Amino acid sequence: MSAQPADQPADPTSDVTAGRPVVEERPTIVMCPEGPMLLRGDAVIEDAEGNRHRTTRPVSAVCRCNKSATKPWCDGTHKLLPKKLRP
Amino acid sequence: MLLPKARGTLSEQLFTALREEPGTAVVLDAAVADDAEDRAIALWASYELHYRGFEDVDDRWEWSPDVLRVRAGLEEVLESELRERYDAHRPERTSDRVEDLAKDLFDYIAAHDGPSMARYVQTDATEAQTMELLRQKSVYHLKEADPSAWVVPRLPTGPKAALMELQFDEYGDGNPARLHQHLFERGLEAAGLRSEYGAYVDEATVPVLESNNVQSFLGLHRRLRAASLGHLAAFEATSSIPSRRMAQGLERLGFPDEIVEYYREHVEADAVHEQLAVRDICVPLVEMEPTLADDVFLGAFACLDTEDRQARDLLERWGVDA
Ligand code: FES
Ligand SMILES: [Fe+2]
Ligand SMILES: [Fe+2]
Repeated sequence: MSAQPADQPADPTSDVTAGRPVVEERPTIVMCPEGPMLLRGDAVIEDAEGNRHRTTRPVSAVCRCNKSATKPWCDGTHKLLPKKLRP
Repeated sequence: MLLPKARGTLSEQLFTALREEPGTAVVLDAAVADDAEDRAIALWASYELHYRGFEDVDDRWEWSPDVLRVRAGLEEVLESELRERYDAHRPERTSDRVEDLAKDLFDYIAAHDGPSMARYVQTDATEAQTMELLRQKSVYHLKEADPSAWVVPRLPTGPKAALMELQFDEYGDGNPARLHQHLFERGLEAAGLRSEYGAYVDEATVPVLESNNVQSFLGLHRRLRAASLGHLAAFEATSSIPSRRMAQGLERLGFPDEIVEYYREHVEADAVHEQLAVRDICVPLVEMEPTLADDVFLGAFACLDTEDRQARDLLERWGVDA
């Protein structure tokens, strides 16, 4: 198995070194089925009213169902919604 | 922390031995235990030697074969009782495809029906009942996240990094003031309660001790690493909404902001943690080691079951219909 040429930018989703699969680069933003959007790293979010919210933890969950009481963050309320109303 | 009070023949013998020099011949047998309470406190103390220890016990007792032998006897009872209860609550999975695991695990947890302590605190609990609940909860919250930390070195790359990402947040993201254990400490102090580690172990109910013991048991046995992570997933996935109810109940009763803040933090943090625990920790681990799937559910059940039993026991003591 041939090693990747050093000058070729690595494809972050399928990094193979010396024939051994390397764990995939994890995504910065993840859409959780029927749940929130996970967001990694520092970010400032502007909500629909124009208020800004800074992330406070390494991974944040942003509400996608619009029913959270702590918007823009997910507070688990999506789980109380009927399945067809979940994101 | 000093050794807790003995609660029966076995714990009496064990604690007497632990006050001696290590190396003193101890002939102890888990079978002499009077009852579940005696077993629970003896096991709890034998696990505690691995966490913070006791001021009146020589640290070398941690690896004493005599203590480990008694511990193993107690764990056998704990495990067989747990598996027996689990057998009656196995998940009904339509497939064992790992693609369905996240959904199946969330559904299994959501389908579990138990008494809701948080709902009771939200609307009805008295101040005295809530204070008692905080004292009982302190046995775990003052070492929150520690039992899952044992699992870290036992995992392959992906789940290991993901567990650390979750645990980092439990441990305050590097900021001691944000450490969850410390938030609870501050909450206890503000509420006029004691906050030192293990402060209320002597009044811990048997279900509270057992729940603590199950977590240590799963965390300390490598063969049960997936169950420990299943426990973590269920714990996180049943926290956000109950934490919001707890915060509202504490506000209703006029509790100080520090303790309310502990629960508010968990509304948001655990909405993240449940996703990480299920999707980035349990699922990838099972992808790599498919035979571990059932252990994940066993651990999730262990969490739901021990939480129910703690709640039911307290509500019963208070004469509340659950
Ligand atoms: S997505 Fe979780 S509360 Fe909206
Ligand atoms: Fe926490
Ligand atoms: Fe958490």
